[in-house]
Amino acid sequence: MRERRNLFSNIDVTLVVLYLVMVLLGWVNIYAAVYDEDHRSIIDISQSYGKQMIFIASSLFIALVILLTDARFFSTFAYAIYGMTIFLLLVVLAVGSEVSGSKSWFHIGSFGFQPAEFAKFATALALARFFSAQHINFREFRTRIIPLVFMGLPAVLILLQNDTGSALVYSSFILVLYRMGLSGNYLLAGALIVVIALSTLMVGPIYVVVLITLMAGILFFFIKRNRRNIINLIAILLLGIGFTYSVEYAVENVLGEHQKTRINVLLGKEMDLKGAGYNVNQSKIAIGSGGFAGKGFLNGTQTKYNFVPEQSTDFIFCTVGEEWGFLGSLVVISLFISLLIRIILLAERQRSDFSKVYGYGVAGIIFFHFMINIGMTIGLVPVIGIPLPFFSYGGSSLWAFTILLFIFIKQDANRNALL
Amino acid sequence: MANRTLASRRQTVIAIFLVIGFIYLVRLFYIQVVDKSYTLSANNNVLRYVTQYPARGLIYDRNGLLLVYNEAVYDLMVLPRQVKDIDTTEFCRLLDITREGFAERMEKAVTYSRYKPSLFEKQISKETYGYLEEKMYRFPGFFVQPRTIRFYPKPIGAHLFGYVGEVTQGMIDKNPYYKSGDYIGISGIEKSYEEVLRGIKGMKIKMVDVHNREVGSFQEGRFDSAAIMGEDLYLSIDAELQEYGEQLMKGKMGSVVAIEPSTGEILAFLSSPSYDPNLLVGRVRSKNYRLLSEDAVKPLLNRAMAGTYPPGSTFKMVNDLVGLQEGLLDLHTRYSCQGKTSSPIRCTHTHQSPLGVLTAIEQSCNPFHWQVFRTIITNGGYGGIRSNYVAWRNHVMSLGFGHKLGTDLQFELSGNIPSAEKFDGIYGKGHWNALTIRSLSIGQGEILVTPLQLANSAAVMANRGYYIVPHVVKGIGEKHRKPASFNKVVSTIDKKHFEIVVDGMRQVATMGTARWFQIDSVTMCGKTGTAENPHGDDHSLFMAFAPADNPKIAIAVIVENAGFGSTTALPIASLMIEKYIKRKVLRKDVEEDMLNKKLY
Repeated sequence: MRERRNLFSNIDVTLVVLYLVMVLLGWVNIYAAVYDEDHRSIIDISQSYGKQMIFIASSLFIALVILLTDARFFSTFAYAIYGMTIFLLLVVLAVGSEVSGSKSWFHIGSFGFQPAEFAKFATALALARFFSAQHINFREFRTRIIPLVFMGLPAVLILLQNDTGSALVYSSFILVLYRMGLSGNYLLAGALIVVIALSTLMVGPIYVVVLITLMAGILFFFIKRNRRNIINLIAILLLGIGFTYSVEYAVENVLGEHQKTRINVLLGKEMDLKGAGYNVNQSKIAIGSGGFAGKGFLNGTQTKYNFVPEQSTDFIFCTVGEEWGFLGSLVVISLFISLLIRIILLAERQRSDFSKVYGYGVAGIIFFHFMINIGMTIGLVPVIGIPLPFFSYGGSSLWAFTILLFIFIKQDANRNALL
Repeated sequence: MANRTLASRRQTVIAIFLVIGFIYLVRLFYIQVVDKSYTLSANNNVLRYVTQYPARGLIYDRNGLLLVYNEAVYDLMVLPRQVKDIDTTEFCRLLDITREGFAERMEKAVTYSRYKPSLFEKQISKETYGYLEEKMYRFPGFFVQPRTIRFYPKPIGAHLFGYVGEVTQGMIDKNPYYKSGDYIGISGIEKSYEEVLRGIKGMKIKMVDVHNREVGSFQEGRFDSAAIMGEDLYLSIDAELQEYGEQLMKGKMGSVVAIEPSTGEILAFLSSPSYDPNLLVGRVRSKNYRLLSEDAVKPLLNRAMAGTYPPGSTFKMVNDLVGLQEGLLDLHTRYSCQGKTSSPIRCTHTHQSPLGVLTAIEQSCNPFHWQVFRTIITNGGYGGIRSNYVAWRNHVMSLGFGHKLGTDLQFELSGNIPSAEKFDGIYGKGHWNALTIRSLSIGQGEILVTPLQLANSAAVMANRGYYIVPHVVKGIGEKHRKPASFNKVVSTIDKKHFEIVVDGMRQVATMGTARWFQIDSVTMCGKTGTAENPHGDDHSLFMAFAPADNPKIAIAVIVENAGFGSTTALPIASLMIEKYIKRKVLRKDVEEDMLNKKLY
């Protein structure tokens, strides 16, 4: 008895409430997105919102199971869980079924299940386990390479399933590495890579090369001009130039036609409103037409009448924007930012490195989804098909995010236990 | 490694979250609150404005007889993406089109859009629709859209009513009221009263989904408006007289215009050859229009207003009126006539000589009227031949010649009363005189009049000096609202001079060229004309009004290439007058003669 009360009293209520609010809001918007006069009942399981109701109920059950599980279970079996999901990813490549171009689904009867969703928290667990070992030193090659393998393995397998979006999610673990001591220069370098890539695509490689050469020249006068620094500078400059041209080459020769078009549409170089640009354009129209206060619950027309594709999954934010307007968008974005900050704050108060690293992993994954998903609906990021955590319709994704978050909640609740 | 230093990295991480959140909120604020174009795009996506076409106003004759009404037709529309598994053979049979025709239409529709409806077959008949309706469920993707087209219970008044057609891009550019697919009056009453007849288009706002499927009305139809039917027109036309005239003119080229002198109301207005107005309606219109426009006898030409003819002898009274007004002619004036040997214009009739104005009108004496004209031009009190001519012309034009009368019908010609400048141009200034332009004395030469102008001049005679601008519409709408007022135009000739000329016209009917076609108990005043023309046989003309006192009808009849005025135009005019005043024609032999007379 004493044990139980203790267990629930240590749970962070803020996180649980944020989770419940988001899941509920998600359901309301799925209901609105697919609502039609003939199917008003909220538990009609022939409709997505009826199914989502079941997913929510089962997620709550999963959450409860996790809270009742011993916290040490996850750290103990972290590698085992990771190994399991890698195995599943391999199996799905062999026997999985294809849904809209990605071979990433197991189908058992009418029940579908995407191992890639679960690989995310498994990878977070594995990384947490790795960093909770004693001797972490980023100067050691081993410390740098092993986390990259943990991240890269599932990413490559998912890439092979032809699900680029989910593979990209693994780059979010850079946040964990950063927190664990990876030099901030890598974050800067990452940002620089994105900037160089984008500007190459927009203005062509020549201008970019000229620009980085200029910047290197300026830098030359500010650094200590010893031999090492000069060599480094030249190396970076050459790398940058090489990267610029390889971006150009990759886009022209490696990327598929549709990926190229998507990028061009995003950059405003193409106006392909019937093809690749259609989704983003319709999505922006739906959100933009919401105005300040929105059109009201069930009054959205763009989402309901299917002008926006995938309106209950990847483009669920359109319903928020259209029916609840800027105010609704503000609420949703605030909820996400609050959740993320809360997770970081809680992660920092952990005594165990495992919980801390895992917390950063959770925040990274959720943040990446949030940034890519909403960014794509408002035309700031290329269309990359990944769900909006807790909002998007879908059992696998909701379960995976629930497990992801509740393992952290469980670890946090257990933070005072003896290590 | 200093854990404290690393712990501070959470601030960087949190900062990244906040920056992204902030950027997204700014972007959202921009597209949701600042930029309004997205709202517009959303409306374009989802709202479909469906025009509700009103029926055009009905048209009645002066006695309340319905002459023009509307019939429902159905435009067969197709939504290509919904068409599947249909029995093409049967469909083609029902519509009476070939398989190639079907394929062609489908291709056109698909090219336009697979998701938007396009016109498959215009205006299918009620009968076809009847067949089709029962089997419609077997032809998914097809549906009908009701429209109305004109229908004419009597095949008369083609030139009067004009016709209705689809608007062209030019009309749309000129008047933003019209949208592609609208109907518009192209000619006749349909054109001049377009704004009254067309009604007010309604609008239904429907919501559609991405596949253009209807999903309901916008805000429960709060912004919908119903179509309002056009207003009815009540014409001054007497349908019975009109029909009788058209029968009499069968087989002849020419025109008949009858006017009620006291009001300027047009009683009959016809041009021959004519055609059944039902031919220029609906889907057969373009085919028939082509046939009619290629016909050598020009049935589409509205000779009543757009045909110009030399008035010939019907113009002689006009010269007499000017002479009387200018004091150069009176009841005692006598000129001699040498008959066929007269110079410069010989006389074609045998009569006493010398003779006065009454006999000259009665006998249509050419030399007498030449003398009158010569006196006006040569001896007029305006200080010179040219000035005298200008004065003469002003008088003539005040009687409604040489300019448009301004009726409520479209495409009226001015006719021609040549200006002094015109003669200056031909002969040189100062090098022409009465002799040079002598043909004008007997209504030949450059003078041209329309049948409408000639009928109007008969009305001026009947009114002894003025006319009301002739028009065909008496009342508009339920309350018979008056159309734009039609002016009373007073001529420059005093009433007393008209009495003299009218006496001459009365003698024409009793003793002169028209004496064989008197109507029992109705005194007719008239004047025949036999107009030479460069295109063939003489035109036969007659203008008249009746009864002499308290005139009820003024009429002009012109029959092309029909010879003497007294052989064709006169009998037809007399029958028309008898029909209008007595409502019944007793002179069956004359009627028979005219009905059987075929001139082309």
